[in-house]
Amino acid sequence: MSDTNQRIADIVNTNDVVLFMKGTPLFPQCGFSSKAIAILDHLGVQYESVDVLQDMEIRQGIKSFSDWPTIPQLYVKGEFVGGSDIMMEMFEAGELQQLVADAGVASAN
Amino acid sequence: MAMAAAEIEAMIKAALPDADVTITDLRGDGDHYAAHVVSAAFAGKPRIAQHKLVYAALGGRMGGELHALQLTTAVPN
Repeated sequence: MSDTNQRIADIVNTNDVVLFMKGTPLFPQCGFSSKAIAILDHLGVQYESVDVLQDMEIRQGIKSFSDWPTIPQLYVKGEFVGGSDIMMEMFEAGELQQLVADAGVASAN
Repeated sequence: MAMAAAEIEAMIKAALPDADVTITDLRGDGDHYAAHVVSAAFAGKPRIAQHKLVYAALGGRMGGELHALQLTTAVPN
């Protein structure tokens, strides 16, 4: 496992909910990342975010880590959940709410 | 760098011949698309696997020249 892969594995394994995104929750730099943040805020869970624009190794490495070509990417309890489209589909179906409830993720408030 | 909607549809259908593909040009700029793909190949597969089939059909263009593709997938009724 490369150093970058190990770094990514450490991040997803030490944070219950983590979003790899372009920009920050306050200033997303891409519409898809913005949508992902809006969904997480709506869920009301605590989450970490990683700005891939600040780290080229992670920006490239995350794509091979999950075998997924795009950013944002959501991980819950170390498992890759999907990008913003899948997050939206799951949210609308109530599946994302169920996933974080089952995972016992802390709420934001 | 942009791709034409017809090109996206053709690539998806080449890999998933039964697919019903609906492409919407979200901003009319030939660069921001939504694709809805309905195929029996998705049956029984989790969403991640369904989307990966479509990404594979697009042969590495996703995340590159094809930045903005909103994707939804479904199994035929």
